[in-house]
Parts: sequence; C-alpha cells; structure tokens
Amino acid sequence: MITMIAFYLFAAILIASAAMVVSARNPVHSVLFLILAFFNAAGLFLLNGAEFLAMILVIVYVGAVAVLFLFVVMMLDVNFVELREGIQRYAPIGAVVGLILFAELLMVVGVWHFSPAISTLRVALTPMAEQNTAALGDLLYTHYILLFQIAGLVLLVAMIGAIVLTLRERTLSRHQVIARQIARSPDDTLELVSVALNAGIPAASFRRPLADPLAEQPQEHDDRHPHIVSGAAHHEERH
Amino acid sequence: MNWSLSLPEIVLAVCGMGILLFGVVKRDDKTDICSMLTIAALVLCAVLVVGNSTGVAFEGQFVGDPISVFAKLLILTASAFAILLSLDFNRRAHIARFEFPVLVLFATLGMMMMVSAGNMMSLYLGLELQSLSIYVLAAFARDDLRSAEAGLKYFVLGALASGLLLYGISLVYGFSGSMDFQGIARALADPSTASPGVIVGIVFVIAGLAFKVAAVPFHMWTPDVYEGAPTPVTAFLGTAPKVAAVVLFARVMMGPFGHALGQWQMLIEIVSIASMLLGALAAIGQSNIKRLMAYSSIGHMGYVLIGIACGNAAGFRGVLVYLVVYVFMNLGAFAVILAMRRRGLAVETISDLAGLGRNDPALALAMTIFMFSMAGIPPLSGFFGKLYIFLAAVQSGLWALAVIGVLTSVVGAFYYLRIIKVMYFDEPAPAFDRRAPSISVAAAMTGLFTTFFFVLPGPVLNAAAAAAKVLFG
Repeated sequence: MITMIAFYLFAAILIASAAMVVSARNPVHSVLFLILAFFNAAGLFLLNGAEFLAMILVIVYVGAVAVLFLFVVMMLDVNFVELREGIQRYAPIGAVVGLILFAELLMVVGVWHFSPAISTLRVALTPMAEQNTAALGDLLYTHYILLFQIAGLVLLVAMIGAIVLTLRERTLSRHQVIARQIARSPDDTLELVSVALNAGIPAASFRRPLADPLAEQPQEHDDRHPHIVSGAAHHEERH
Repeated sequence: MNWSLSLPEIVLAVCGMGILLFGVVKRDDKTDICSMLTIAALVLCAVLVVGNSTGVAFEGQFVGDPISVFAKLLILTASAFAILLSLDFNRRAHIARFEFPVLVLFATLGMMMMVSAGNMMSLYLGLELQSLSIYVLAAFARDDLRSAEAGLKYFVLGALASGLLLYGISLVYGFSGSMDFQGIARALADPSTASPGVIVGIVFVIAGLAFKVAAVPFHMWTPDVYEGAPTPVTAFLGTAPKVAAVVLFARVMMGPFGHALGQWQMLIEIVSIASMLLGALAAIGQSNIKRLMAYSSIGHMGYVLIGIACGNAAGFRGVLVYLVVYVFMNLGAFAVILAMRRRGLAVETISDLAGLGRNDPALALAMTIFMFSMAGIPPLSGFFGKLYIFLAAVQSGLWALAVIGVLTSVVGAFYYLRIIKVMYFDEPAPAFDRRAPSISVAAAMTGLFTTFFFVLPGPVLNAAAAAAKVLFG
C-alpha cells in the first residue's frame, strides 16, 4: 500500500516536473526542475529494487550533469526567448511526429518477446548476489578486473594527451614575482633631476633601468626581448 | 586467478606511471632521463616476458603463450629503438618533452595486451590503448601544421575503424553467444551451420583490423600520417603497432575464426593482392621518402597477409618471421632518414640523398643494405621473410598469391634500387650534418641484423615454428 502511494507520488511529481522543465520561462528554474525530476526517477528505480541505478542517477546526473547544465545556463548568454519563437507554429507538426513515433513504439512493444530459452542462451551469467550493486562490483572488480584496469589506463592516456596537446607554458604573460617586487628600491626606478628653468629634460640624461639581479631565468629574459632570443636560437641552429 | 601471467604488463604500467610522476615533479630538463628510464623499463619488461610461464589468466581474457612471448619481445625491441631514435630528433625539433617516452610506453603496453588478448573485450581495449597513445604521438609536434593534421586524420579515421571493429565484435558476440576466443571457436566449430550474422561480423572485424595494419581498401590514412608525424613517431608507427596488429589479426583469424577459413580466405586474399599492387605501383611516383616508406609498408603488409590467408601453421610461421625481418629493416631505414638533416633542418625528399655514397659512405652502405633487404635480394634478411611467406603460399595451394607477390616484389625493387642509384650515382648534394651517436648505433645494430640474419636464422625460425604450433597443435 505504501509502495503504491510512493509510486504514484514519485511518478506524478516526475511528470509534473518534467513538464515544468520544458515550460518554465526562466532557464534556471528549468534546470532546478530537471534535478527534481532526476530525484523522483531515482525514487522509482529504488522502488523497483535497482538501487545501483538510483545511486548513479543521483550521483552522476544530479551531482555532475545537472550542475554542469546550471553552469552553462548561467554562464552562457543564451537567448531563450528567441529559441522559443515559432513554438506555436511548429507545435502541430511536432505533435503529429510525436504521435507517429508513439504508435510505432506501441507496435514494437506489442510484438516484442524474449526467447523462452533466454536464461540458457547467455554465456556471461548474472552473478547470484542479493543486491545488484554487489553483483556489478563482483563483475567489474573480480571477473573483469583486467579490463577495468586497462580502461583506466586508456583514460589516463586520454588525459596525458589532452595536456600534451593543449597545455602551453605562457612565456609571454607576466607573472608576479614577489621577491623581485620586494627587492626593488626607489633608486632602481626613480631619478630626481633638477630641471633648469626653460631648458626641459634632455632625453639622454635618463638613466637606463639597472639590470635586475633576479631576472636570470631565461623565461623572463623572453619577456623583455622576445625577438633577440628567437634570433639567438636561429643562430645556434645554424652552427 | 593466475594474475602473475600478466606480471610484465603490470610492471610496465607501474613503471609508466612512475616515470610520468617523476617527469611532472622534476623541474628542469628531464626528457633524456625519462627516455632512458623508459628504455630500462622496456628491457626489464622483456626479461620478465622471457622468464614468465605460459597459460591462461583472468578467466581467458589474457593469454600467455609462445605467440605472445615472440610478439612481445619484438614489440619491446621496436619501442626501445623508437625511443632511442627520438632522442636527438625531438631535441632539435623542440618537441623534447617527457610525455613522449611515457606515451610510447603506454602504447607498448596496449600492444602487449593486443597480442595477449584471449577475449574480444581485451582485444578492443588493448587496441584502443595503443591507438589513443599513437594519435597523440602523431600530433606531438603540435605547432607543426602537418603533424597536427596527421594526428587529427589518424584519430578520425581510427575512430571510424574502431567503430567498424566494435560493430563486428558485437555481431559476432550476438550470433555466437561468446566474447571468449575459445567460446567463439566452439560456436563456429561447424561453419556450415554458422549464421550469416557471424560472417558479417567477421567481415567487419577484418575491416577494423585491416585498418590497423593499413591494408588496401583501408590504407588511405597511411601516407599522410607517415609524412606528417614527427619522423621518430613514424619509425615507431611503422614497426611496433604493425607487429601487434598483425599478430592479433593472425590470432583472431586462425584462432576463433579458424574453422570458418573457407568463409574469409577469399577476403584476405583480395586485400593482400590489392595491398601488394598498390604498395608496388603507388610508391614509384613518390618524391618524399616518408611517403615512399608508407607505400612500402602497405606493400609489406600485403605480403604478410598472404601468410594469414594460408590459415595454417606454415603461414603463421611465415608471418612471424616476416615481422621480425620487417621491423629491423624498417627501423634501420628510418634511422637513416632521421640522419637526413642539413644545417639543422630535417630534409625528406629522395633527391636530398644524392651523393650520400661520397659524403657519408657508412650511412649510404646502411641505407643500401636496408633497401636491398626490402627489395628482397638474397642473402639479406628481407629475402628470407618473403621466402617463408611464398613457401607457405605454395604449400597451401595459393599459387596466384605467390605469383603476384613475386611480380610485385620485382616492381617494388625498382623504387628501392632508385634510392641506391640516387645515393651513389646522382650529382652530389651538400653533405648532411654530423649524425647523432644514437642514430649511428641504431643504424649499425639493425644493419648488422639485416645483413647477418642468414648466418644464424635458427632461433627466430624455431621460435616462430613453436609459436605457430600453439594454434595448430
């Protein structure tokens, strides 16, 4: 009885929030309703005894995907009003397509049947575990541990590849070097010149900035004279 | 669970992650250290491979047998040579980063998984680990437009091929009810009752694997990727992955699909003939030596496929012997190509080799040896590779393949000999820069192997024959 009530409660909220996802005016509200829909779907899975799917739905979809959506919606300036233009115009044809799809699905489900010998045809048998989380864990971490590890290495290589191909050391950007800032004294940069009346300042009287004692690292060298450094590299190559 | 069978792979993976960590943590120039550590890890792994026992582990997903030992030793050798060749080139091309040896190491690990696969899933994961690493390596010179293009092209086409392969695997699984090689072999024990679904699946698996070995209707990526990728990557790409893919190809065709020989033999024959013809004819007009090597490798894969088409122990032995020979002469030829450097810049056209016979007689001699060997002229090793393949074809009654193979080697000899002619008889071009010691060492070692293979071919032949016995007991 309680299961029944819970089912109808979850199902009703699921459908209502799904409807709100597509009809809410504010896209942030849509995403929040989507999260609500995910939670209720997870509840339905739980009622069916698929606790692993329920957990995954909450962890992956609510925890990651929906939050990602939320970020995208809030970060990108998508004009949802423009997207909605013409919704009235296209509604009838959309409804027709939807109806046809629904009829076809009904027909497929109507004639679909599982082979009576299905339990013997399978080669990889479902482990006899009480919970499907334990069953999946048994498969992944005991029977297919080798494949699981290799899949992990594939992901590691993908990560290395993404870093190798895209990460650049920004030699042209200026980092803050606190030691240099502290080591600076007014004498390095300021020069007090007493200017004679009506004479102006002759350009040659400016003192060049002193060589920075801390600027020995080549990349900082790069910053100031990129053309000279690249010229030197060419020079080296020629010999 | 007999996990100790996969000890070499586990050690290699741990070493790879250790080197990666070392490279990330250490601040100053560390590429050379990481490369040396990687070579040491590969050698350690080779020792473990030799010392390991044989058997089946992980519920049939992992197989350790003479085939896998043979192939793994060859793959590890080729990878170590490729890293050795990369040292000098990468430094000069300003792409010397410690991720290079690490990616080569993970690609090697993927290849070792491929040759040890006993299950369609481990086959696919090994293949993907290897391919993914090589996609990145092909685009390693990321500021070079051609390298980026090579990486992207290889990635897109490789993903398509993986899709075909997966589709084939899923069909085979669906109609035979097993992912396991032995299970599939049992399901196909009587091929006359096999459903057409399995046959379609086999065709797709052949298409996916033919892409990996660059056999003819699936060879389109090869010239562009060979030309665009940094030369050490091309040297790697042309050797170790070919070994892994061919051994995997042979194992899959002769193992699980072995009973259905009548159904797929014709297909492999067509692919083989087309590869040999294209390899011989399309290479003639090339002026870029890396493109020439690409077409040459397509032709060589055509010869290797003759051995697979035989579908018997002699063919399998021929394939393994050919692979050994092919790896060494290809590595040597790429060592010479890597030495082609004028005023610090790498040059790649065949005419740049002019006058090498006068400017650098030792290098010219090495290139002559490799070219004569590729053309299949006795007593160099290339002749023996072809000999065992053609012998197997004749024994299996595949006369057409043997005849076409001989004819295309004669045509192919034209462009190999042209390189020798350019080196010795053409108007000399300016001399190359001093070659790096690592390149000289690699060229000398592979040259000696290629030249003196005929003196002591016994160990290789016996090991290949022992490996072939596994599938045809």
